[in-house]
Amino acid sequence: MTGTFTPMPGAAPLPRQVLAQAGMEARLMLRNGEQLLLAVVIPAIVLVGGVQGSDRIGLDFSRPAVDVLTPGVLALAIMSTAFTSLAIATGFERRYGVIKRLGTSPLSRTGLLAGKVGALLLVEVLQVAVISGVGLAMGWSPRVDVVATVLALVLGTAAFAGLGLALAGSLRAEATLAAANLVYLLLLAGGAVVLPTSAYGDFGEVVRWLPSGALGNAMRDALIDSAVAWRELAVLVGWAVGGAVLTARTFTWE
Amino acid sequence: MPAIPAVSVDGLVMRYGDKLAVDGLSLTVEQQTITAVLGPNGAGKTTTLETCEGYRTPHQGTVRVLGLDPVRQRSELHPRIGVMLQGGGAWSGVRAMEMLRHMAKLHAHPLDVDMLAERIGLGDCGRTPYRRLSGGQQQRLALALALVGRPEVVFVDEPTAGMDPAVRRTTWELLEELRADGVTVVLTTHYMDEAEHLADTIHIIDRGRLVASGTPLELTRGGTVTTIRLVVTQPFPDGAPDSLREALGPETVVSQLDAVSLLVTGPADASTLAKVSRWCDEQGVLPESLTLGQRNLEDVFLDLTGGELTP
Repeated sequence: MTGTFTPMPGAAPLPRQVLAQAGMEARLMLRNGEQLLLAVVIPAIVLVGGVQGSDRIGLDFSRPAVDVLTPGVLALAIMSTAFTSLAIATGFERRYGVIKRLGTSPLSRTGLLAGKVGALLLVEVLQVAVISGVGLAMGWSPRVDVVATVLALVLGTAAFAGLGLALAGSLRAEATLAAANLVYLLLLAGGAVVLPTSAYGDFGEVVRWLPSGALGNAMRDALIDSAVAWRELAVLVGWAVGGAVLTARTFTWE
Repeated sequence: MPAIPAVSVDGLVMRYGDKLAVDGLSLTVEQQTITAVLGPNGAGKTTTLETCEGYRTPHQGTVRVLGLDPVRQRSELHPRIGVMLQGGGAWSGVRAMEMLRHMAKLHAHPLDVDMLAERIGLGDCGRTPYRRLSGGQQQRLALALALVGRPEVVFVDEPTAGMDPAVRRTTWELLEELRADGVTVVLTTHYMDEAEHLADTIHIIDRGRLVASGTPLELTRGGTVTTIRLVVTQPFPDGAPDSLREALGPETVVSQLDAVSLLVTGPADASTLAKVSRWCDEQGVLPESLTLGQRNLEDVFLDLTGGELTP
């Protein structure tokens, strides 16, 4: 039999599946106006506004404001993509039956998660390029520790992605949308992402254990002092493990 | 190869809370056939299908597709099956062809997506975002997504719901071509004519139980009930239904439709016809027509489920 539809089943190799999934999700994320706003525009505004206004609102850093704020804004961008965008996108994928549809495709659960992480990394590369460009244009002069920066980015992504997926797995799409945005705003304001924990006084000792504070501090250490913030990285690993366990418990194909 | 059934369900029980959705269902689907699972709303069709697809773990009983456990051997099974969901299943912003290409990339030897789109009639909406596709276009895309990986078994849930008659015909032809090419098709449907036209085997399900299985012919002729419709040239005398029933025997039911026609329901063979004709002579009425009625699938279905077929 050699008809048009003669069966010839088979799964594509896993790397090809993951690449396809990552490319697809990144394209959809970048095509979506609100997601772009969250990913690039808001962080850029926070950076420009923070640098311009730091004198007026009485922030006094021992170095130029742009040097202190750019690493924090990079951390904010990671948080917006890996947590908020991912949670909202996954919530609606569930609502629209995309996850269910993929559930009978050759793509495994691991493949799906790897694809999502791949999409996040693709979008984050773009974010880092844009935000660093804005920072450099305003006179940012980082002392970069490449390993420390990459570690902070990857572990921060893992920590927030785990929490975002767990959120999307436990709530309805609309509730996920609301919760993900609320948490984003709360962490932006009080989570020591953009501002160092030292700016929070005694409360700083608490927020440094949050994934936002840990990621912000790790980025600042890597890009201001060219140092590896081991404790912060360990905190991120902890959140990542917790998020992964929660995700595994809440994930279903429907 | 057809030694292993495409699908075998044995004693399947599925519950949602207290509600029994599937109640000890057993059925078999042979390979390279079209099998229709027919039943009223809430009969357990979709639940059964979704158990075969690996979405649900049986609460009792076993389900095998191509000899594999759909939950525990999902990675082995899923490349070999295609699933058409009843609705949704795509990102709202994804373009139709983009979605189809994506699904193709997950398979090792996908069909040519342009050929498939052409065949299924997606050509003119390939660049349209999913949320702007019409219901019928979404259905067609869902079917294309089920077929693109060149599966051995496809599960299609209500494949032509909401399609216009012309597209429906095309879809039937496509499903028949799939069977001719060696693909097993399992479909659920509300439509009697769809099951009767397409299916090699029909399983009728009601309240989670299998109530009948067979070919369309077996189901429609297999019963012992047949109807004879008698129309005469002038009105029947009084008491005609009773007197005809006496003449035919206690197993028949005679009802008067109007002044000049009677409907006989019951076992009918050549001798029944002879008796009806002799009775006409005795009563002095002249038959104008004597029509033998055949049960259609809908009658069978209504007999068996006692319910109505609400689409």
